[in-house]
Amino acid sequence: MVEESDVRVVRFGGSKINLRPPIISTDSRFVLCTSGDSVKVYSTRTEEWLHSLQGHTNQVTGIALNPANHLQVYSCSADGTVKLWDFIDGILIKTFIIGYPLFAIYVSEKHEGIVFLHIAMDTDSKKEGFQLVAVHLPKSAEQEVEAKELSAVSSHISPNPSCTAFGREGQYIAFARNLQLNVYFFRKQKTYSFSLKATDKKGAKNAFTCIACHPTDDCIATGHEDGKIRLWRNFIHKKEYTYSTQHWHHNAVNTLCFTPEGTNLLSGGIESVLVQWQYGTGNRKEFLPRLGGSILHVSASSDGQLFCTSHSDNKITVIESSFKVCGVIQGLVKGDAVLTDLMIDPRSKALVLNGKPGHLQFYSLLRDKHLYNLDIVQQEYIYEAGLDQFEVVKAAFDIKGYWLATVEERGQKSADLEFFLKLWSYDERTQSFVLNTTITAAHTDRIISMCFSSSEETTMLVTIAEDGQFKAWCQGVDADTKQDQNFWSCDFVGSYHNLKPTNCSFSADSSLLAVSFQEVITIWSPDTWELLTTLCQPPGVIRDLCFGRLSCSKYLISTTTRNLLCCWNLLTCALEWSTSVEVSKLQSDPLSENVAAFSYQSKHTDLFVFKPNEPRPLFTHKNVCSEKIHRAVFVPREEPLNNCDESSQWLNRSQLYFLTQNMDLLTFSTATEEDRMLSSSTRLVIDDSVAVTPFYLLLGKHRQQQQKLNTPSHQAADRPQQPQGSVTITELLHTPAHVLPPASVLCSMFVSSLLISNTGVLQDPLRKEMESSEQEMNSEKEEEDSEGEMEACDSQQELRVQGSVDEVTPKLSKAQERELKRVRKTDFSWMAGLIASKP
Amino acid sequence: MASFKPTKVQFLPKLGEKVTEETLYWKNYKSPVQIKEFGAITKIDFSPLPPHNYAVTASTRIHIYGPHSQEPIRSFTRFRDTAYGGSFRGDGKLLVAGSEEGLIRLFDISGRVALRQFAGHSKAVHVTSFLSDGFRVVSGSDDLSCRVWDVPSAVELSSLTEHTDYVRALAPSKLNPDLFVTGSYDHTVKVFDMRSGSSVMTMQHGHPVECVLLYPSEALLVSTGGRYVKVWDLLKGGQELVSLKNHHKTVTCACLSSVGNKLLTGSLDRHIKVYNSSYKVVHNFDCDASILSMAIAPDDEALAVGMTNGVLSVRHRRHQKDKETLTSRRRRGPSYQVFVKGKNFVPRQDDFLVSKPVKQYLRKYDKQLKSFEVSKALDTALQTWTRTSKPDVTVAVIIELNRRGTLKNALAGRNEESLTKILNFLLKHIFDPRFSRPLLMVGDIVLDLYQQVFHESPVVERLLQRLMEVLGREAELQQELLQVLGILDTLFASLTPRKEVMAHAAPPVAQESQLQAA
Repeated sequence: MVEESDVRVVRFGGSKINLRPPIISTDSRFVLCTSGDSVKVYSTRTEEWLHSLQGHTNQVTGIALNPANHLQVYSCSADGTVKLWDFIDGILIKTFIIGYPLFAIYVSEKHEGIVFLHIAMDTDSKKEGFQLVAVHLPKSAEQEVEAKELSAVSSHISPNPSCTAFGREGQYIAFARNLQLNVYFFRKQKTYSFSLKATDKKGAKNAFTCIACHPTDDCIATGHEDGKIRLWRNFIHKKEYTYSTQHWHHNAVNTLCFTPEGTNLLSGGIESVLVQWQYGTGNRKEFLPRLGGSILHVSASSDGQLFCTSHSDNKITVIESSFKVCGVIQGLVKGDAVLTDLMIDPRSKALVLNGKPGHLQFYSLLRDKHLYNLDIVQQEYIYEAGLDQFEVVKAAFDIKGYWLATVEERGQKSADLEFFLKLWSYDERTQSFVLNTTITAAHTDRIISMCFSSSEETTMLVTIAEDGQFKAWCQGVDADTKQDQNFWSCDFVGSYHNLKPTNCSFSADSSLLAVSFQEVITIWSPDTWELLTTLCQPPGVIRDLCFGRLSCSKYLISTTTRNLLCCWNLLTCALEWSTSVEVSKLQSDPLSENVAAFSYQSKHTDLFVFKPNEPRPLFTHKNVCSEKIHRAVFVPREEPLNNCDESSQWLNRSQLYFLTQNMDLLTFSTATEEDRMLSSSTRLVIDDSVAVTPFYLLLGKHRQQQQKLNTPSHQAADRPQQPQGSVTITELLHTPAHVLPPASVLCSMFVSSLLISNTGVLQDPLRKEMESSEQEMNSEKEEEDSEGEMEACDSQQELRVQGSVDEVTPKLSKAQERELKRVRKTDFSWMAGLIASKP
Repeated sequence: MASFKPTKVQFLPKLGEKVTEETLYWKNYKSPVQIKEFGAITKIDFSPLPPHNYAVTASTRIHIYGPHSQEPIRSFTRFRDTAYGGSFRGDGKLLVAGSEEGLIRLFDISGRVALRQFAGHSKAVHVTSFLSDGFRVVSGSDDLSCRVWDVPSAVELSSLTEHTDYVRALAPSKLNPDLFVTGSYDHTVKVFDMRSGSSVMTMQHGHPVECVLLYPSEALLVSTGGRYVKVWDLLKGGQELVSLKNHHKTVTCACLSSVGNKLLTGSLDRHIKVYNSSYKVVHNFDCDASILSMAIAPDDEALAVGMTNGVLSVRHRRHQKDKETLTSRRRRGPSYQVFVKGKNFVPRQDDFLVSKPVKQYLRKYDKQLKSFEVSKALDTALQTWTRTSKPDVTVAVIIELNRRGTLKNALAGRNEESLTKILNFLLKHIFDPRFSRPLLMVGDIVLDLYQQVFHESPVVERLLQRLMEVLGREAELQQELLQVLGILDTLFASLTPRKEVMAHAAPPVAQESQLQAA
């Protein structure tokens, strides 16, 4: 057994970006959203992911712009900290340690230095009680500050963070829970509460689902479970409150948002229609339908020009105020469960799984970017709770990626199951898949599994179904019609004692087809459709089947439900070896002999990687995660690694990705890979505060090259320097104007930089002056530091220096430079004397 | 924002007949023109000359019809008894006919009175024809003889009495004026050569021969009789090439189409079958009564069929230009130029292209579905035209409604009229295996919804009664079919050699799945 050395489990990208409402920056250039344990920054124009703010150690549960500085953002996390970031440069400014898991954050302009947080009331008790607390953030220069000044605003609030909102100019805060609306007035320090009846005669469901306050008017909008929107007014007096009701949504209203001027109210729900209500004009509204998944959050930019909706299919849509979609940021879609296996498109090497309802999604693992959705069902999706609709349940690619087979199903719960088998061919011209054949009644019962033959010449699809049959489908068998045969038809129907098949697999050269029927594995020849042999090793129903690859192609590996992993030798038709392991997922690497087995035992999953020809595992990783793993895939690498280390050798050709039951996509990475990733990430941090778009990267590279060219010139100190190459000037130009010393100081520096530096005594006073001015500058800087902005600037520069360290030409740090200067300044004339005296 | 995805109408191929070029060609006839004659039509012959008039022999007259006339343009009525076998000469100017009394008459097309009468047969003459030189007439009679007559002198040239039963079929050679083929009820087909004055070839058909036919190359000979159509190769000395048994009653007539030499046979079973060059049936015409005679005009312009009940049915070929005139008469819409205007403009290189969003055109029911008007969408789909000519569209809308979970809403709250529409649609299509599944569901929902109010409307009640009857019948049928399938399965099982595993052949199982789907 080899212990884990440098291979470790890494959470791969594509986490949820729709947990909390996204934020648009004040200048409308960036969209920020929470994503796992980081905050992601996207560009609104290009929809590209710029960078992420990493530092939290647990799920980020809320973000809010700092009302005092629009370039900063607060984030709170379940790890009990609030962090303040400069989101443009991605720099962590401060960390406030609260000490309790936090669930949401609210800020208000009026309450400077105070953030409002959701914390769990009692972590021990089972009841979900949440508390709204105000935290005074202490001012101090330190990086990490403990904020201990907690004061409860209200206890027993709704766990849903959209049920809390600040009122006009932060005068009051409104929060709703179940059937009660509470308004807390800060000035009076009083809470008014208004409650509704649970239902009425018409069957209304009045529970609150979300809340929004008008920015300039005393008006609160609340959304309800039955789709009603109520506008509350006059709630300053406890008894004389009024409300008006508007009803358009037919399911619960998920989110409400007033535009910054308060002219419009935006609402969204399960219907996936963004509704814009004109405030004060009753029932005038505009619609933007079919946005994707159901709308979870809506937010508006501070100038009201952009809206942002986040959807249940892990998507953020950027919408102009004229109600036009201008950008879509799509994360990895994870439905309720991934019904299709994880697959790799052989052409684009993209990860393929079902995503949006009725679609297959193609996700580039290399770039962590959603590529496109392929519409399989091709029907209008109806956004309605509890409606049974078609879902893609199975998909398979042939070996060249020319054919794609999909199965869509509807009515899993009810008795009448409907399903279609569809075959798609790849169209070179449109670079996408085109529907070729639809088979309506492929089997009489549900299709359990399917696979394509792996030979290059003939493509054949085998499906197995619960009606006890397996069918082979070929392209153009039907000889009766003379038309151009390009569609698929049934070639062979097979069964074995009417047993229910469980799995099917083709051997590496497609000369054998293995179909498992309960406890029996049958081996067929696809050419003649003859049953060659049967293999059986009771007890236990066969769960997984896979043939060995390359040099191990004579082996067939099977796992059973009764904790048995068997390896059959197909030449002798005998059991080669077997071990007792509970295997939940067996996956073979298409590029090597390796087979990965995920075993679930005593509440954690272990990974074993082995070659079929020997019963000894190549690699073992204990406790990969705590859930059962049913989906895994080997992804071929672009360029193979050359790890010699035995434990990581199996990752050389391809990478193993797997999906846990919590829909986390995890992978194994090796040390060398991580190094490479790290270097690439440092390269990404680029000096200016311009948005990092690909175009910019291109330009930035160009600029770096220029710098490279420039650096040698000021290394040779003796040569006359070009003004633009001088360190002083670049420094001058790069430091922000407001932190620069007065011009009179700079002037002399500037002039001196233009002088041709000669050796010696003559220059000494000038140099000294310069140094002193520099020191002055530094001290000034330290004084000015209170805002923390300078710090950002400084660290940014440091980062820049770090980045350049990687490059070949050594660029000197400031301290080194100063040292050099000092050496140059010291009088070496006594040396001359020494030399002269010696002979 | 994705656009609305319209309802997908599933294209399900109809089981059974496959559409081929042949069927398309033969289907391209207009609906037949029916002309009533006085008695059974025994012979139809097309004139070889252009307007291609045709002579129809029925009862005691011979009528000559023009290619498109409903009324005879000329008729020969000077027969005392039933006339038989009126046929044209090669130049279309003379017509010869036999009769029940044994006389053979020769007519000029433009005249009325017989030019010549050939007397000599002692019994009825059923078949007469000119030999290809045009100066001799050959006849076959019930007195077992075939005679050849000289037209100018009206004398009998020879009499051939080799047949032992009635001579009822005759075909002169078009290439050699001395050759002709006769068929008789003595089950033989004989080829006579006038130069030798006797038969040179005899073929055993095996049944009373009703009709003989020579291919234009005259290498092949077709004889019909009994239920059989046989093709003989004359160059191989009368070897039987193929024997066809596609009719289930006596085959009475045969003819060749002039395009591609397709063989057509007509029979007493009221069918005309069209064979391709490899003698497979490619098309089938149905008629109202037993067919006695049939002829096809040159270039297949018209197909005339004579029947026992005295009805002559003529099918004319449909032409492309007929259609054009039809459409042009209907309405003159805006010209093509109007639609193309501005569309074919090619932008130059430095032009700035402002793209306009393409408007999505939706069908009416799709528009209604888009705005969630489910009842209206169902109404639209149940409109008479859609319902009758495109039932698949109606069913697609029903399926879509069901998928949206609103089928019940759409079916609810209907009056008698619209309910009748739905029930009629169900009655018509509920057994179509393509539609039965959604339609059975519709039936269930209708029953659930209107249970209480059915008795208020006698119309709806009657329709339901009918639906129940039909369903019961279908259920019985299904059961019988399953029984047959069981028998077949046992047969197949006993046929396969004893093996551990039973691997079904593909077709029976596929059938089974279809049946179960039905």
